[in-house]
Amino acid sequence: MAQQVAIAEGLFTWPAERPALLGGRCDDCGVVSFPAADACMACCGRSVSIVELPRQGTLWTWTIQRFMPKSPYNSGETPESFQPYGVGYVELPGGVRVEGRLTENDPSKLRIGMPMEVVFSPYRTDDAGNDVVSFFFRPLD
Amino acid sequence: MDVAIVGIGIHPFGRTPSRSGLQQGAFAARAALADAGVAWRDMQFAFGGSASAGSADALVNELGLTGIPFINVANGCATGGSSLISAYNAIKSGEYDIGLVAGFDKHERGAFNADPEALGIGAWYGEVGMMMTTQFFAMKIQKYMHDHAISTAALARVAEKSFINGAKNPNAWRREPIGVEEIANAMMVNDPLTKFMFCSPSEGGVSLVLCRADKARQYCDTPVYLKAATLKSRRFGSFEVFAPSQALEQVDGPTVDAARAAFEMAGVGPGDIDVMQLQDTEAGAEIMHMAENGFCEHGEQEALLQSGATHIDGRMPVNTDGGCIANGEPIGASGLRQVYENVLQLRGQADAHQVPGAPKLAYSHVYGAPGISAVTILAR
Repeated sequence: MAQQVAIAEGLFTWPAERPALLGGRCDDCGVVSFPAADACMACCGRSVSIVELPRQGTLWTWTIQRFMPKSPYNSGETPESFQPYGVGYVELPGGVRVEGRLTENDPSKLRIGMPMEVVFSPYRTDDAGNDVVSFFFRPLD
Repeated sequence: MDVAIVGIGIHPFGRTPSRSGLQQGAFAARAALADAGVAWRDMQFAFGGSASAGSADALVNELGLTGIPFINVANGCATGGSSLISAYNAIKSGEYDIGLVAGFDKHERGAFNADPEALGIGAWYGEVGMMMTTQFFAMKIQKYMHDHAISTAALARVAEKSFINGAKNPNAWRREPIGVEEIANAMMVNDPLTKFMFCSPSEGGVSLVLCRADKARQYCDTPVYLKAATLKSRRFGSFEVFAPSQALEQVDGPTVDAARAAFEMAGVGPGDIDVMQLQDTEAGAEIMHMAENGFCEHGEQEALLQSGATHIDGRMPVNTDGGCIANGEPIGASGLRQVYENVLQLRGQADAHQVPGAPKLAYSHVYGAPGISAVTILAR
């Protein structure tokens, strides 16, 4: 039976009842980054704690990817089946701005400042037949 | 020790199926040596870069095995600028009298496909389709247009000017003017940027011969002097390409930092510059880089573009050879193309794309992944 596996370790809690993106908060300066890293890019500190990031925020900027990227893009699509997709940075209050794919690809439905929330859903199927789950931002309007 | 540019050479940009990237680099190097009236065996050192056309130091196989130190430089779109700074410092230090800077490239068609793991980013970032320079530029100008009331017409005007200037430059790739309507209504690539607003990966080569300023007149009647050459990488809080996240608190990017350092080094200000080549990987980048380099206030670009100020006969000519938009971007050569154009302008040899009034000070700026910027200021 197909399993749902996370696209990468440590990006978000998985499996989880209510998954959340995982960031790193510097124990020295408090700056949050995504994904979590071993060192803080702001103060060069080496002590970083993993924290769950807020699930809702606002759209800071966005674009629509209209052509199919070359490898390493790996969505299982073909040039014929490719669907344009939205990409944006979402400002998570008190945290960080995270870049992610958007569930919306209609430019008329996207505007800077609109409320967004993170969702986790299957992105492609891997060779073993598992659903590879990634994170997306969805407009809340 | 001051440093002068005494020889310049270029291989036309665009697509040249009959020559490898390396051969285009050798073509440009021979042209630069001939321009300075020197031989390859006179060179005491070389710096060079190529992203997709092999090792730059393989040029010695084409030019001759003379035993000199040839150092390969790889700094993304700022590779040419970084090679130039390395050569500048090598002469300035007093270690060498004369040397060569080389850059060439030959890319496949279509957008670049960088490897996230080479930049310390997880493979997932590329898998989901975010390892795309075009998205970054689109998202940066999208936010900038929102914050500073820049219109899509302004984007089209930048590209229109690039093609007008490219048509005047025999070494450019795109040599047909395209009107603003056609540019604005062309296929959307990454909103708000259409296909005619982007530069494309291309091919070409550029070389420069640099020497001690006090010996420049031995080689050249019209030496051009490097008054400043700076390179900065990003600080925490700047919005850069290939960033899975960014800080809530924003700081100035590497372009602002490199520009400030260059003006300080040269002892001049933005108002003193007569001609400027600003990284225009797409039309939005040219607009933002005008302000980031200090040539106008944020938002002022709308009126400047409407008035034609950035055209060759305007009061602040930008990308007089057609820039990246009309020349395409062979990564290793692109930054050196800007310097080649500035030397032509200062020598008064730019013919149809010559800025009137005998320009004295010329400025060049490149920006590259993952957030680096190089600036030079040249004077005659």
